[in-house]
Amino acid sequence: MTDALVTFSDVWKSYGQGEAQVHALAGVDLAIRKGEFVAIMGPSGSGKSTSMNIIGCLDTPTSGLHGFLGVDAGRLDRAQRAVLRNLYIGFVFQGYNLLPRTTAAENVELPLIYRGMPARERRDAAMQALAQVGLAGREHHTPAELSGGQQQRVAIARAIVTRPTLLVADEPTGNLDTQRSHEIMDLLTGLNRNEGLTIAMVTHEGDIASYADRTISFLDGKIASQGYEMESA
Amino acid sequence: MLWETIRLALRSVRRNAMRSVLTLLGIVIGVAAVIAMVTIGSGTTAKVREDISKLGSNLLVVRASRPDRSGTSNFTVRRLEQKDLDVLNKSLEDVRAVSGESQSQVRIVYGAQNTAAQVTGTDTEYFTARDWTVSLGRALTEQEVRGGTGVCLIGQTIRTQFFGSGDPLDEIIRVGKTSCRIIGTLGSKGYTGFGQDQDNLVLMPLTTYQRRIAGNRYIDTIYVSVNDGASTTQAVADVTAIMREARGIQPTRDDNFEVRDMTQIADAMTSATTAMTGMLGAVAGVSLLVGGIGIMNIMLVSVTERTREIGIRLAIGAHEKDILIQFLVEATVLSLLGGLLGIGLGLGLAGGAASFLSIPFAPSLTVILIAVVFSALIGMVFGFFPALRGARLNPIDALRHE
Repeated sequence: MTDALVTFSDVWKSYGQGEAQVHALAGVDLAIRKGEFVAIMGPSGSGKSTSMNIIGCLDTPTSGLHGFLGVDAGRLDRAQRAVLRNLYIGFVFQGYNLLPRTTAAENVELPLIYRGMPARERRDAAMQALAQVGLAGREHHTPAELSGGQQQRVAIARAIVTRPTLLVADEPTGNLDTQRSHEIMDLLTGLNRNEGLTIAMVTHEGDIASYADRTISFLDGKIASQGYEMESA
Repeated sequence: MLWETIRLALRSVRRNAMRSVLTLLGIVIGVAAVIAMVTIGSGTTAKVREDISKLGSNLLVVRASRPDRSGTSNFTVRRLEQKDLDVLNKSLEDVRAVSGESQSQVRIVYGAQNTAAQVTGTDTEYFTARDWTVSLGRALTEQEVRGGTGVCLIGQTIRTQFFGSGDPLDEIIRVGKTSCRIIGTLGSKGYTGFGQDQDNLVLMPLTTYQRRIAGNRYIDTIYVSVNDGASTTQAVADVTAIMREARGIQPTRDDNFEVRDMTQIADAMTSATTAMTGMLGAVAGVSLLVGGIGIMNIMLVSVTERTREIGIRLAIGAHEKDILIQFLVEATVLSLLGGLLGIGLGLGLAGGAASFLSIPFAPSLTVILIAVVFSALIGMVFGFFPALRGARLNPIDALRHE
C-alpha cells in the first residue's frame, strides 16, 4: 500500500440527526494506487457520488480517515483543501461545467489563474493542453460554438492543464452519444497510460467502466466489490 | 491577478448592459446631484463675493437693531430717522457719501401693463454710495429730495418691460397709490449671486417714498461710503460713537443699532450659501445610499445566477478570498462607473445652471475626487455582503445548482 494515492479507512458520511440520520457512506475502506484507472459504479443513492466528492477533496468524512498523498485530508480546512485541489486534482463533470461565453482557452487557463501564473505562461500551457485533447485551432471558440464532445475535451484540458496527480471524473460520458463517449474514453485511457495520470471515474454504464483497470461497486453506502485487485485490501 | 479580475468584472458589466445601466442609475443620479449642488453652491458663493467686492469694501451699512442684552423680548426697536442721517452727515469726516434708504416691494403700473418692483426712497448721495450710474436723463436733485416731489428713476428691467426701445423720459407711472414722472433711467447692474434682479427697481426721493408709499418717517438703512485708503475699522468706530451720542445711549447700555462693513456682510451671506449647499448636498447623499442598496440587490442576483460558476471556480482551486474579491471588484467597478458618469452629468448640469444664472462655473477637484472615492466605497460596502455570500458557498451544492 506504499504507493496508495487515495485511502479510505472506515469512512462514514452521515446527514441529519438522531432518528432521521441517514448514512450516505457506512464504513467504507478503499485504496487507489498511483497510476491506477478506477471506475466507481453503483445505483443512485449507493454512495458513489458522496465518495467521489471526498476523493476529490470537495467534502470531508463525518468519521474515519481519508488519506490523500499521505495527508489526512479529512482534517484539512476549506482553504487547505482548495490548495490541494488546485495543485493535485483535476475535475471533469458530466455537464462539462465550462464558463459560458468564455473562450476554450480562457476556460482552460482558469485553474492557472488561481495559481498566480503569469499570463503568457498560462496561455502557452492552455494551448498545449488543448492540443493534447485534439482541439488545436478551437482555442477561441466559446462553449456555445462547440459540440458536446468538444466541450468535454475542453473540460478535460482544463483538468489536466495543471498537470494533476489525480483526475476525478463524474459521469464524463453521461451527456454524450456512444461514439463521442468512446472517443472521450480513449482520450482518458491515453492520459492514464501515457502520462501515468491516476483516474477515478464515476459511471453507471458497464462498457464505459470496462475501460478502467478495475471497478469498485457501491451498494447502500458500502462497497459491494473492489474489483479484481481485492487482495491488497 | 487584480487586473485579470477587473477585466472579468468589466466583461460581466458589459454582458448585462441593460441591467448594469439601470443599477448604475441610482449612483449616477446621486453623484450628479451632489456634484451639481456643490458646484453651483460654490459658484454662487464666488458670485456673492464678487458682487460685494464690486460694491467696495469701504461701504458701511447702518441698521436699527435690538440691543444684544435688552432683557425683555417686547423691547421695541428704535428705528432710524432723518435726524440720525443728519447727524452722521454733519459729524463724519473722511467719507465720500452718506445716504439713507427705505424700500419695499410695490406694484407699478404704466398704461395697461403692471409689474412688481423694488421701490426705493433715497437721496442724492445714493448714486455715489451704491455705485449707480444714470444712463439716460438725470439724477435726483437736493430740491426734489427736500420737497418730496413726485419724480423717479427706473431700472433697465422696467424700462425694457414698459417702454421697449421707446423714450421713457417724462412719462408718468403709477407706483402703488401715487404716481411719479420719470426723470431718468439707471445703468444696468444685472443679477445678484442669489438670482435677484437688481435692475427691477424704481428710485424716488426719500421724502416722497416716506409720505406717499410708506406713510412713516423711518429710514431702513444708512450707507456710509468711506474714502479710499481710509480705515473702515476707524469709520465703524466713528459711526458707532456718533450714533450713541446722538441717541443718548448710556455707556453701560448696548447699541440699539448695528454698523457692519461689507466684509462682514459677505461672510454672513457666504455662510448662508454654504449651509444651504451643505443641506442640499446631504439630501442628494441619501440618493447615493439608495443607489448603494440597488447595487447590493443586483449583486445578490448576480451571485445567485452564477452559483454554478462559483462552484466550478471553487472546485478547481479558487479560494474564498478569490471569489470574494471577484464580486467585490465587480460591485466596485459598477459603482465607480456610476460615479464617473454622475460626475460628468453633475458638471454638465452645474455648467448649464452657471450660464443660466450667470454665476461662475467653479468645479472643485476635491469634490470630484471625493465623489470618485465615495462611489468606489459604496460598491465595496454594499458589494461585500453579496460577495461574502458567494465566497461562502459549498462547492458541492454550488455545482449541483441549476
